[in-house]
Formats: sequence, C-alpha cells, structure tokens
Amino acid sequence: MTATATVVAPEPATGAGRVSVARCYRFELVKLVSQWRIRLLVLACWIAPGLFVAGVSQQSTLPADTLFGRWMLATGWAGPLVILGFSGTWALPLLTSVVAGDVFASEDRLGTWRHLLVAVRSPRRIFAAKALASLTVILLLVAGLAASSTVGGLAAVGNHPLVGLDGHLLAPGDAAGQVLLAWACVLAPTLALVGIGLLGSVVLGRSPMGLLLPAVVALAMQLAQMLPLPVAVRLALPSWAFISWNGLFTSPAQLGPLVIGIVVSLVWAVTATALACLLFLRRDFTNLTDVGSARRAVAVGLLPLVGLAGVTVAVVASATGTTGSGISQDKVQRSLATEFAHLYRMQTRQLNRPAVTEAQLKAAATCNKGSVRVAAEGPGNDWRCVVSWHLPDVEATGTAIYQLDVTSDGRFVADGDGPKEVNGYFLVRTPTGDAPNPLWQFDGNVVLLSTSKG
Amino acid sequence: MDSLRAIRARGISKCFGDVVALDGIDLDVAQGQIHGLVGPNGAGKTTLLGLLLGLAVADSGRLEILGTPVGRTFAAPDGVAGFVDGPGLYPSLTARQNLAALAALRGRDARTAGIDEVLDQVGLTDVADDRTRGFSLGMRQRLGLAAALLTRPRLLVLDEPSNGLDPAGKKHVHGVLTRLAAEGTTVVLSSHRMDDLEALCSEVTILATGRVVFSGPLSKLAAENRELDYRLLTSDPQTARRLAAGAPGVRVVDDAVGRQGAEVLVVRALVPALDQLVARLVESGIALRELAPVVSPLEAAFLALTEQQQQAGTPPQETGPKAQETEARREDAEARQETEAQSQEAGR
Repeated sequence: MTATATVVAPEPATGAGRVSVARCYRFELVKLVSQWRIRLLVLACWIAPGLFVAGVSQQSTLPADTLFGRWMLATGWAGPLVILGFSGTWALPLLTSVVAGDVFASEDRLGTWRHLLVAVRSPRRIFAAKALASLTVILLLVAGLAASSTVGGLAAVGNHPLVGLDGHLLAPGDAAGQVLLAWACVLAPTLALVGIGLLGSVVLGRSPMGLLLPAVVALAMQLAQMLPLPVAVRLALPSWAFISWNGLFTSPAQLGPLVIGIVVSLVWAVTATALACLLFLRRDFTNLTDVGSARRAVAVGLLPLVGLAGVTVAVVASATGTTGSGISQDKVQRSLATEFAHLYRMQTRQLNRPAVTEAQLKAAATCNKGSVRVAAEGPGNDWRCVVSWHLPDVEATGTAIYQLDVTSDGRFVADGDGPKEVNGYFLVRTPTGDAPNPLWQFDGNVVLLSTSKG
Repeated sequence: MDSLRAIRARGISKCFGDVVALDGIDLDVAQGQIHGLVGPNGAGKTTLLGLLLGLAVADSGRLEILGTPVGRTFAAPDGVAGFVDGPGLYPSLTARQNLAALAALRGRDARTAGIDEVLDQVGLTDVADDRTRGFSLGMRQRLGLAAALLTRPRLLVLDEPSNGLDPAGKKHVHGVLTRLAAEGTTVVLSSHRMDDLEALCSEVTILATGRVVFSGPLSKLAAENRELDYRLLTSDPQTARRLAAGAPGVRVVDDAVGRQGAEVLVVRALVPALDQLVARLVESGIALRELAPVVSPLEAAFLALTEQQQQAGTPPQETGPKAQETEARREDAEARQETEAQSQEAGR
C-alpha cells in the first residue's frame, strides 16, 4: 500500500443500470459453491451412493425392507432404485433444507442484504437468481445421487434384467429408461420442497425453523402417508410423488397416480415459490426486524399452504371419485395373482422346467384379512392369501399360501408360507446350484385408484 | 445550481409503523463535497442513508440523487455506492473473490476491473487472498470501501466508515475519501467520531429525532454556536490566568470543573472574545504554545443541539439566512406536495 495511490476516477461504471438475472445467478452460484458444506454435499452425493450400492451388492444381507433391495444381487439397476427410495424419504428433504432453506437466510445471518440490494438494485432479480441458483445446486445433487448409484450398481453387479413390481422382467435397456424416468419424476416433489424451503427461508430468516422447514414438512407428509388416510388425501400431498414412481415398474405402468403426484407437486412448488417471492418483494430492508415474525409466518406462509392442501384434496377426490383407503380385496387378489404368475415363470426357467405362459397358468388368489368377520380391505399385516394355478396337462391345481403386509400407500410384501418346493424356502435348487427363490418373498403394489387395474 | 447538487431532498418523511424515523427532512449536498451526517442513536441517520442507497422509499417528500428523481420503487440510481450498518462481505470468499464477484455482477472482467488498485488504495493488498471470515472489523470496513470504489461511484454513501480502524487504516480511508472528493465524487458519511467528521467534512447535517437541527458548513456551526471551553498552554500561566480573568467575555473555568493545573489554563468564551484574549497575551509578551477547544465545536454543537431538541421535543428555532432558507424550502416542499396531490386527484 502506498498513501499516494491513484484513486479510481468517478466515471460511470460499465454495466451501469440493473444487473441482469444471468449475472446475479452466477453471483449466487459462486456464493453457494464457495461454502464448504455445499462442496461436501456435492462430493457426498456423487460418491457415497455408488460406494454404498457397490458395497451392499457384494454382501449376502440385502436391504429387503427397501423397494428393489432384494434384487440388488441380481441386477445393477436395483441399486439406483434403492437409493431413490431412500432419497425420497431422507436425502432430498435434507438436501433441499440445506440449500433452498438457507439461500435467503444466509444473507440475514451475514448481514449482507443491503450490500446485495445496492449492488443488484432489484429485489425481483435477486429472488429469481437465488431460486435458480439453489435449484441448480439441488439438481446437481440429485443428478449425483442418480448417476453415482447407477454406476456403482452396474459396476458391481452388471447390466442385467430387472424384476418389476408385478414380477415381469424388464430388459436392461427398458430398466435403464424406467430408472431414469423414475428419478426424473421425483424432481417434481423435490421442486415442491425447494419452494417450501424458499418460503421458509424468506419468512423465518435466521430462525433455525427456516432451515428445517422442508425437512419438517417432508417428515409430516411421510407420517401422513403412513396413516390410514383416505386415498384422496394421500394423493393430494406432494410427497405422494416420492412413492408413485413405483407405478413405472408394473406392466402396464400405473400412470394415473404418478401423473396426479407430479401435478400436485408442481402446483405446490409454484404456489410456495410465488408466496416466497411476494413476501420477499414486500420486505423492508431498512428495518432489520422485518423478518421472523411468527404471526406473519403463520398468516402468509402456513395458511395458504394448508388452504392449498384442502383444495387439492377436494380436486383429487372429485376427479378420481375415490374414497376410502383404495386397498380392496379384489385389488389385492388381482395384484398378487398377476405377480405370482410372472415370478412362477421365472422360477420355472431357473429350474429348467418346460416353459409356461401366464395365460396357461391362470393364476388366481383368494385373500382374507384378519378375522372373517372383518371386511377384507385397507392396509395391514394380517392379509392371508391362497394362490392357485394350473399347469398344462396336469389335472391337479397348485396352491401356495402367502402372508401379506400391505401398507397404506399400496405397497405390499408377500411372504411365502409353503409349500416348501414352491414358496416356503428362500433357495431353490437349480441345475447350476442353489439360487434365490423368487416366489419366497417379493414386493408388489396395489394401485389405489379405482380406475386402474391393480 | 441543481446540476451541481448530488443530493436534493425536500420534506422527506419515513415511518416504520408508529415510529417516525424521518420527519420532513430537507438536505442539499453539492457535488464533490464530503458531507457528514451526525445525530444520536435513533435520529434517523441510517434510514436517510438507506433512502440514498435505494434500500427504501420515502413515505412522502421529494428526493433527487445525481440529478435523477428517485421513484417509488426500490433501486439506487446509477452511480451510487456504499454501505449502511457495515459492509456486506461473504466470509467464504477471499477479499479478492468478494471484489471479483461484485465486478462480475456489474458485468466487468475481474482482470480489468481494477481490483488490485482498490485493494491497494485501502491497504489490503497483503491480505487480498485471505478469506474474509478472519477479517477484523477495520479490515472489513476497508474492504467494504474497496467494494464501493470498484463501482466507480459518483455518490458514495458510508455508514460509520471509521469503525474499528487503527490509525493507519484511518489514514488510508481519509486519504481515499479526500482524493475521491477532489476528483468530483460526492461522499456522504455518518459517524459518531467528531474528529473524523471535522477532518473530512466541509459541511455537516445534524439530525435529532428524525429532523434536521443544523445543516451547513462546520465554520458556520462554530460561529453560530455558544461559548466553548478552550485549553491554553502559555509561557507564563500565572499572568495569563490574571489577564484571562480580567478579559471581557472570558471566564476562567478550570477551577470550577476541577481541571486545575499549574501550566494549563481553561477558559470559556465566544470566538471574538477569545481572539481578543490571545491578542492581549501576545501584547503582554506571553508566548502561546497551545490553543485548542476542550470539546470540538462540532461535538459541542452536537451535544447542545440534540439536548435542546430532546428537551423541547421540537427543532430549535433557527435564525438568520439559514433559517430563512430552510423556511423557504419547507414552503417550497409543501407547495409541491400540494400540487402533486392535486395532480393525483385530477388523474383519478
């Protein structure tokens, strides 16, 4: 430093006027990426899933309680779906909390709002840039989760066919497409959480609740999905889209619930983001206390979203005409029989027996729930089913027993109860040695909407 | 004359709920001037600086900055830079990265934006590549000034720029501000450091409870003000004390306030009476080694005016040409507001 340094002449700076959204967006990205926690998250999302999938795929104990977890030894395409299920429950809500839930609050914490406003001179552009920058980082994280788990799975297990949720086989190419589509579908509920994160960050400022809001809302919605709520309420929550991608892995795909979930999520995303924008533009930046009011948070942040939930429930209920849990005896029987037929063919191939088609098998299921005095409908782990089938040129009818645990979101786990040669033991003896018995335990799902076949 | 005014404010008012932050503020700041803003806490300084930076809009009144009327939307006019309540810095970025990000935001290439030059001006070259997380308050202040300089402002608005500065840092900042003003940049700064303001500012505005209680040159403030205490160090303290005691308009106050000292004489007087005393001392062959106000004229005026304001609850009655000018401005503002109201009514 020299005391005689020449002062920059006070001529108009180049680029005078309002700063463009693109420049502001780059500025926000620089700030986000310079944070060590964001760098750490990017690194973790691009590395950890791959290592996890590769590691688990080498073990004999599989995460069978997670959808597609029991197929991780069979195909590399199961890994990204296991990570997708985990992400919808934990990773994505937490990631959106850390990124979107903090993108406005960080300026409050650092006391940089005034600096930013003087530099950019447009609150509207600041909001747009912040929303876009946080969305970019979240998309980068989601892409990392998907890419890393896919690479890990394919590298550790290989590019093999994937067994769908109704037991049909997806060729590797089809499995790749469906896995990619499933990850794309969960972007919609992720956007909804981003919107909620932006809203929390704007309304609650430095309060820790602002940061935690997406995670708290996601947790509340998950709890709601676990309760025996009417199916219209279930489908009207954005978190439904974290579940409804399951429908892509049946034949035909269960697109109705999936589309409803995506549309609802996008409506939530737009509404929450618009509310956040409105509140941000009304903020008084000369008054440092003009943030964090609990009354305001409830009045302008929470109540509109509660109202939106009510409206979406009404719209979904009237559009689908669905009431109750959506899980009926007929749907469970149809779903189980269909899946059993597909998996029976797989077992037949394993055992090197003569090929048989689903049409020839004429599989059917008879299910009851708990006591015979109780109506066979709704979720529960007390479903008991007897599956029957026929083989060509065989007079006798084959039967097998299953215990079903049906959860309120329509997913079920079928646990074979015998006979041992069919579904009572976890291994089958094949000409090449013992192999996992596909009929022993398997996952399936019941479509909740009455308009589709389960 | 308007073309030479960087700021022209008439009847600016701003309320936050029931709190009146600014109450009919009039302000004129000439281009190339360093203008000080003084006032007790809660006087409205930060609110006024916020208006100048485009962080808020006034509830009523007219504001022109650099010849451009300020509208009803948030936005600082072109050529305005600065900070209030401390500079905004991102702790995860280095000093250089903070400035580069700001330059990029303004559409300028970081390599040609003059980042090294402004860092050099504020004395932060040595820590240019350190993250600002570990910066002291003084370093943050200097980097905030560098960030403002990077935009090549024509109006620089600074809130307490000397906070946390060591003597070397203060020298850097004063040097930069003085040179900027010499080259045509207008600087408006608020400070509680009267010595800073006296060293830098040609004019000051004193605010109290949202109103202007004085606005004008420092010399005028001293001349308009009441008696001040002066500290005299002479070659013959005994004789000097005797002469001071007998001088018209001069009171020896050191005994009264307990500042008794063999060498130091403290007297209370208006400037003309003090001038006469100095002449008599010199005529008597007494060497005057030191003469300085015990409290600076600005600080004394600040204390007197703000205390008066708080006691009265209204601005003190101004007299003379300044008061007439202020009254004329108020009438001007009121007439303009009335015209605007009529226009709006007609527009409906």
